[in-house]
Amino acid sequence: MRNTTNTKTSHPALIFWIIAGWVGFLLLPWYGVEDGILSFEWLFDGYPFDDDYAPAAFLIGQGEKLWLAPLVLPLALSVLALGRPKSDPLFAKILILSGALGFGWLVAQGFGIGIRGFNFEWLKALFGELGDRQFGMGLGAMVVATAVLFIFTQGIAARGAINGDVFVVSAIGGVIVIVTTFVFFPIAKMLLAAFVTEEGAYSVSVFAAKFFDDRLWGLGCLSGGRCGVAWNSLFLAVLVGVLTTILGLVFALVVTRSGFRYKRALRALTVLPIITPPFVIGLALILLFGLSGSVTQFVSELFGVQPTRWLYGLPGILIAQVLAFTPIAFLVLIGVVEGVSPSMEEAAQTLRANKWQTFRTVSLPLMRPGLANAFLLGFIESMADFGNPLVLGGNYDVLSTEIFFAIVGAQYDQGRAAVLAMVLLFFTLSAFYAQRAWLGKKSYTTVSGKGDAGVHPLMPNGLAIPVFVMAGLWGLFTIVVYTMILYGSVVELWGVNNTLTFKHYVTAFSVRIEDSGIRWTGAAWDSFWTTIYIAAAAAPLTAVVGLITAYLLTRQTFAGKNAFEFGTMLSFAIPGTVIGVSYILAFNVPPIEITGTGLILIISFIFRNMPVGVRAGIASMSQLDKSLDESSLTLGANSWQTFRKVILPLLRPAILAALVYSFVRAMTAISAVIFLVSAEYDMATSYIIGRVENNDYGLAIAYSTTLIFVMLSVVGVMQLIVGRTEIGRRMSQSRTNV
Amino acid sequence: MKLNSKAAPVSFQNVTKIYGRDVLAVDKVNLEIEAGKLVTLLGPSGCGKTTTLRMIAGLEMATSGRILIGDADVTTLPATDRDVSMVFQSYALFPHMTVLENVSYGLSFSGFSKSETRERALVGLDLVGLKGFDARLPSELSGGQQQRVAVARALVLEPQVLLFDEPLSNLDAKLRRQVREDIRAIQQDLGLTVVYVTHDQEEALAVSDEIVVMRNAAIAQIGTPRQLYDAPVDRFVADFIGEANLLPCTIESVSGDQATIAIEDYRYSLASRGLSEGPASMAVRPSRLVIGAPQGFSATVAKATYVGVRMEYTLEASFGSMFAVQDDVDQPLAVGTDVTVGFAEKGPVLLPEG
Repeated sequence: MRNTTNTKTSHPALIFWIIAGWVGFLLLPWYGVEDGILSFEWLFDGYPFDDDYAPAAFLIGQGEKLWLAPLVLPLALSVLALGRPKSDPLFAKILILSGALGFGWLVAQGFGIGIRGFNFEWLKALFGELGDRQFGMGLGAMVVATAVLFIFTQGIAARGAINGDVFVVSAIGGVIVIVTTFVFFPIAKMLLAAFVTEEGAYSVSVFAAKFFDDRLWGLGCLSGGRCGVAWNSLFLAVLVGVLTTILGLVFALVVTRSGFRYKRALRALTVLPIITPPFVIGLALILLFGLSGSVTQFVSELFGVQPTRWLYGLPGILIAQVLAFTPIAFLVLIGVVEGVSPSMEEAAQTLRANKWQTFRTVSLPLMRPGLANAFLLGFIESMADFGNPLVLGGNYDVLSTEIFFAIVGAQYDQGRAAVLAMVLLFFTLSAFYAQRAWLGKKSYTTVSGKGDAGVHPLMPNGLAIPVFVMAGLWGLFTIVVYTMILYGSVVELWGVNNTLTFKHYVTAFSVRIEDSGIRWTGAAWDSFWTTIYIAAAAAPLTAVVGLITAYLLTRQTFAGKNAFEFGTMLSFAIPGTVIGVSYILAFNVPPIEITGTGLILIISFIFRNMPVGVRAGIASMSQLDKSLDESSLTLGANSWQTFRKVILPLLRPAILAALVYSFVRAMTAISAVIFLVSAEYDMATSYIIGRVENNDYGLAIAYSTTLIFVMLSVVGVMQLIVGRTEIGRRMSQSRTNV
Repeated sequence: MKLNSKAAPVSFQNVTKIYGRDVLAVDKVNLEIEAGKLVTLLGPSGCGKTTTLRMIAGLEMATSGRILIGDADVTTLPATDRDVSMVFQSYALFPHMTVLENVSYGLSFSGFSKSETRERALVGLDLVGLKGFDARLPSELSGGQQQRVAVARALVLEPQVLLFDEPLSNLDAKLRRQVREDIRAIQQDLGLTVVYVTHDQEEALAVSDEIVVMRNAAIAQIGTPRQLYDAPVDRFVADFIGEANLLPCTIESVSGDQATIAIEDYRYSLASRGLSEGPASMAVRPSRLVIGAPQGFSATVAKATYVGVRMEYTLEASFGSMFAVQDDVDQPLAVGTDVTVGFAEKGPVLLPEG
């Protein structure tokens, strides 16, 4: 036996984190540097003595920020653990103590002391006025925080948690801390903000006044007036959820249960919503049905009726959202419809049920989870959608736009924004909960998975005809809409001057080649490169966080796993608008002060898209047999090595998919982004929205078209790469086991 | 109330099934299945046995040929309209319905009143020994219980033909014997026509009235278990049904239906099965080789294995090696011993088709 492992006294990971802790404390600038994490200007500008750039140790040495001094204690304590064997009970105790002390103190001082000295009255009462202040955490503080966190998790592991597996314990600790910091903390902060009065005190009546506002819950529309935004949003979201689910099911049935020949083309449809910024559909609808839209003009000439603004309001938003989100429902439902085991349907047939009875009593009930999921997605997407209501809303106000105007408009009312966001969050979480309740405890999966062969039966005729008609009409409409987008980008001024021109592309994307190199003179380049840069930075991080979480959820068991899973999936039900508001409220002040930076955009993308990464990871990991891990572990690899050498290589397609998906989503997102962009970090989508608000449709559409093509090529390249990735596993057997 | 049987014969006339353009799954099969018999389709995977079964069910349509159930031509009839029910390999229990709802499912489409549907379903559950399980969901049952629900669901329809697609493959070894005996008992009690697909020869031997051995989309041999075991027509069947040693021999003379063969200096007389003089091959079951017989060919013990109830030997002769078993475990032969090997009476059989 390898007794050596038990008594070994060098722990490379531990040494690494202890050194990292000291480096963060002694060498790196403690507070946030204005130019961002990646600029190293501080190295040449007064470091290490200048206040702005000094490491904690130098600050203390100069007699400033003395509350940082206690951090020396845990850092020094952790060194004592070195040289002790892992089995020594003292080893674990030292690490846990130093980690907990360090992390606890960091958090306490971070929240306790802000830009105006002590943050809480009772601290002032206890210690008197501080006379000093501190800004947001910087590189040094972050490194120290990470180091003490992992020293703590190593201590927990050494006590024997999860078989003493350092990697797993650290991963769990890491995920919990970042999810708490970037999902729960901002949401909690936002909830609090709803109770804050103008003087900064807390008051329930303020909340009540804002919450029971007639603009929110008014029922005027029943008597010919206008309804509150909450009802508007709810009504719209339910309609969109139902319609997208029905249409998604229709398309899924055409693809899986009919002899339709161009199924591949239909499947390509699923790519559209991923690569289309959501509001682009709204723009296309304006080109078609707006006051000077082509259909409007055509009809008014034909029948001599006055063009109306019918599109602006509920009809327009509804059409645009259904167009935009149907493919998402399709994407969800196609997997579910295909997943209904063919032998279920065959069994029903041999039990004398005809096609229609089979569909009604077996296929449809088994699709219930998919239907619920599709509805939920449509509902949440509609609730969170910001672009279409802004472009097409007219007088039909919805929560997401109201939140935006509460924050950026003349009223600047954070409390109102927070209340509106709470209502929005309440709706989506209720939908989330209702979905769970509706599905209940019934099982919808085949009980014993083995040996399913056979083919799905075709749809009954009574169903097939309406399904084909609907799919055909809607497909045609989608094609028309996308053609309009392409065409609209090369028209001088829609409805007024219909000459063809590349003017808009030139304005946005002109370049000049000079002696000094290429000069990006077009108006759109700035935001374009920022978008690419931010999306490219967010994608790998999203994939990493998502996959590690998926690994923990599928491969490990630990106490509180269910809560852990719920917490990580929760951000799926949080609309982007809410994330946006809560981020400005939470990260505008120390200890984490990152509004206006590129970092906040990257972080918001990571946590917006994380659930997708987690799902993709779970889906593919649950297909890998657990005996693979176990054989690797028995061959002497630890769980990190197993993860890296066995799981990761097998997950290559999932990783690529997660990468591309989060990249593309980051490029098309708008709902959270609109709150977080700054002059320096403007994103493509918010730039386009800005153009739309200035009625500069040509440029907006040209830019959107360019984005669609850029993302189409990204998706295409990834399809090529993934297509070639064969893992040498038999993916599917022949149709039946003849 | 008691469940009855409307057992009917099944007839395949020149039935061919082609998947896509040129994947031949079943090739001009002719098959007669008598009413009230349990017939097994046996063969290695890919031999066409499941396709044959699915064509009886109406889940696959024959490309050419005729299929009859009873007197009716059902060749073009879909599954819904055939009086046939099937127990699937995965059981295919509807996970969103309770046990009783599953069993009632087919009855509700068969024109029974509500109370009669319920009554029949309960009788069916009783028959498979699942009384009192009616309110459970399939996910709350063990594998064996799920299987019985699947059987009950098919039985209550009183089908003309009952089909089983590898019903034991998802059960553990101990349960298999029990379940296969139960299936056989129900089949005999009710006098059902049952077609049963398996790739396990022991299972086939145990349950069948008749076995259809299939190979490469065609029928290799049809017969009772005993006929197949004792008189396989060729190498494939001999090897697939039980273990067999295939030995080369020479037919020295044929008189009537008896032939005398020679292996080295050993002479032995057995049924000629239509063969004439010259080189031939024969199949001998391991238990029919007599080690230490007074007459025989000479061989050497190459391996000796003790497996508890008997000894297993690998013997090396001049023309090849063979596998033999002996009940005498108390005086095992040592490796390297030279022995004389003869055949038991009624042991070996000539293979007419090589």
